Amino acid sequence: MYQYDTFDHQLLADRVAEFSDQVDRRLTGALTEDQFRPLRLMNGLYLEMHAYMLRVAIPYGVLSSRQLRGLAAVARTWDKGYGHFTTRQNIQFNWPRLTDVPAILQALADVEMHAIQTSGACIRNVTIDPFAGVAGDEIADPRPWAEIIRQWSTLHPEFTFLPRKFKIAISGAIEDRAAVRFHDIGLRVIRNDAGDLGFRVWVGGGLGRTPRVARELRPFLPAAQILGYLEAALRVYNLHGRRDNKYKARIKILVDEIGIDAYRDQVEAEWHAAGGPALVVPEAEIARVADFFAVPDYVTLPDATVELARWRGADSGFDAWMGTNILTHRAPGYAAVTVSLKPVGGIPGDITADQMDAMADLADRYSLGELRATKEQNLVLPNVRQDQLHALWSALRSLGLETANKGRVTDIISCPGQDYCSLANARSIPMAQEISRRFADRRRLDTLGPITLNVSGCINACGHHHVGNIGLLGVDKRGAEAYQLVLGGDAGEADSSIAQITGRAMTAEEAVDAVEVTAAVYLDRRQDAETFIQTFRRIGVTPFKEAIDAAR
Amino acid sequence: MPLVKLNTPGGLTAPVADWPLLAEDAYVPPTGPVLVPLATWLAGRDTLKDRPDTGVWLAAGDDATALGDDLPAVVAIRFAAFTDGRGYSQARLLRERLGFTGELRAVGDVLVDQARFLTRSGFDAFQVAEGSDLVHFEAALGRFSVVYQAAADRATPVVALRHPSYWSAAE
Repeated sequence: MYQYDTFDHQLLADRVAEFSDQVDRRLTGALTEDQFRPLRLMNGLYLEMHAYMLRVAIPYGVLSSRQLRGLAAVARTWDKGYGHFTTRQNIQFNWPRLTDVPAILQALADVEMHAIQTSGACIRNVTIDPFAGVAGDEIADPRPWAEIIRQWSTLHPEFTFLPRKFKIAISGAIEDRAAVRFHDIGLRVIRNDAGDLGFRVWVGGGLGRTPRVARELRPFLPAAQILGYLEAALRVYNLHGRRDNKYKARIKILVDEIGIDAYRDQVEAEWHAAGGPALVVPEAEIARVADFFAVPDYVTLPDATVELARWRGADSGFDAWMGTNILTHRAPGYAAVTVSLKPVGGIPGDITADQMDAMADLADRYSLGELRATKEQNLVLPNVRQDQLHALWSALRSLGLETANKGRVTDIISCPGQDYCSLANARSIPMAQEISRRFADRRRLDTLGPITLNVSGCINACGHHHVGNIGLLGVDKRGAEAYQLVLGGDAGEADSSIAQITGRAMTAEEAVDAVEVTAAVYLDRRQDAETFIQTFRRIGVTPFKEAIDAAR
Repeated sequence: MPLVKLNTPGGLTAPVADWPLLAEDAYVPPTGPVLVPLATWLAGRDTLKDRPDTGVWLAAGDDATALGDDLPAVVAIRFAAFTDGRGYSQARLLRERLGFTGELRAVGDVLVDQARFLTRSGFDAFQVAEGSDLVHFEAALGRFSVVYQAAADRATPVVALRHPSYWSAAE
């Protein structure tokens, strides 16, 4: 993975000194809260319902064991002993004291981490496929490009006060695991007919109160030209995006209002005026960054077919986990393992400091010292030898981290909701916990197969309910919390779709029942080996609506 | 409000009086100092450009490139709110697209902690509140020694320091 050089370290040291000074000025009263607010937000520090919340960037979700120990130390020393992985491959600490934040940022800088641009109307942490570099279906590795974009966007002088936040996602595999069409800019690493590396560029996707599937900006952009092109795309947005209404300020609205063709014309004109294809990332810099992501020295191994079959036959828990939490690896004899942070009745994405330390140890022992954070709020051990899978699983079991539910209905994505967030209309966590308990049964999970379920506590959609196969949205119904059930969302590029509303908002109990009814309709109506989303696409929302209404 | 200007790198001049911003459609006084709106400048450029104490101010929605080749000595970009970042793009367009070499002032709601972003975008003069402490301003100007991007200030980006041979060949 990427390692800082002296320049990267210097920038972080300067940043920590700057924020320490700003906190001092706030504490002495030289800065009012109004003046301090934009400064703390540029360092990921929010003021929530009960306390400050610090959001730490995990650049494109890639994490070393040393960094995870660093996060554990932050949780233990300055928070309440736990952290929360977010839907944008970041981690949040819910209880830091303002006076401690400079020390936290220093501790993070020591392990090459920061909270820069995890908030505010700027370019946020770039997110990518959590299986980058190891997935069997990868075309090209998005990580070097994510790092190049991270550096370019860090403290970009022109783009710190955009109309609104700006999110970039990159995917480099056949299956899109980065939801590229639901980002302000989505990039697909591809090769053209000549075999040259480049990007397919999407723009104007997003969730929130106006969900949009991104539109194609460019079918192919030579890879080295990416920064010049992004700068043009951002400049057009910065100059022409709406600023009169924060709910209409995202780039998706600009693209809606002027049309994708007009936006594209403006970007191309701006790009060419600034230098166009001549603006390239130097070959030597691409090579320098790519070197950090070179294929590691895998041991030459056969697939551990015989041992795995034996272990699976002997142990139903291991068998279930192998059935859900393993992804095919590019290297024979290896596997990419998802460690679910969704135990039955648990809080999605929460992890204790002790579990973080233990996961760091497991990464060292079984995964070349590396982990990934996923937008599904889980962790990935990307490089596990198949002949060590059973040993790893046994270790995870002793930590309570062996839940076999990746991609199943209990692998619930959830925002923090009203338990923490001052924007929420309803609680998300108890809803996720209740659904998790209802569907806990192993056989039931397997019968239902792949289903994504997302819970958002308000229309800002941090739980990505619009792209859940099943989504729950918290709303305020005459002062009481209520939930709307939506169905049929899909985050993947090939079949991107926004979920449809099924009917009126319900109480929490009714909503959980409606999820049960939804599952029953699917099981009743599915043909052959159809997944939930395939059945939904064939029969539409109406049979689900009718069954939910009938059950109320 | 007074105006301070970049002096030596990281330093500021003592505050001087700034120039008033003339409203749209207002009477243009025969002598300056004065900053006129873009439309006024474009309509009266032939006479206004010979006045050394007359410049242009841009509102956030103005197209900076409309100034074209015939540039005034002083341009002010007005920030109605510091959260409106259009001025940064306008400044870079002026410096990098139009080749403006005159004085570029940030006026209005200018946030001291944004000082480095302002200079990087091409500003070299800043309106500050009466009696404001310039120590913080100078500290903010000198805060970052490393930059990741090329911008209007010509600071050498990290990529050039990492690969000096590539960069000198490209220049």
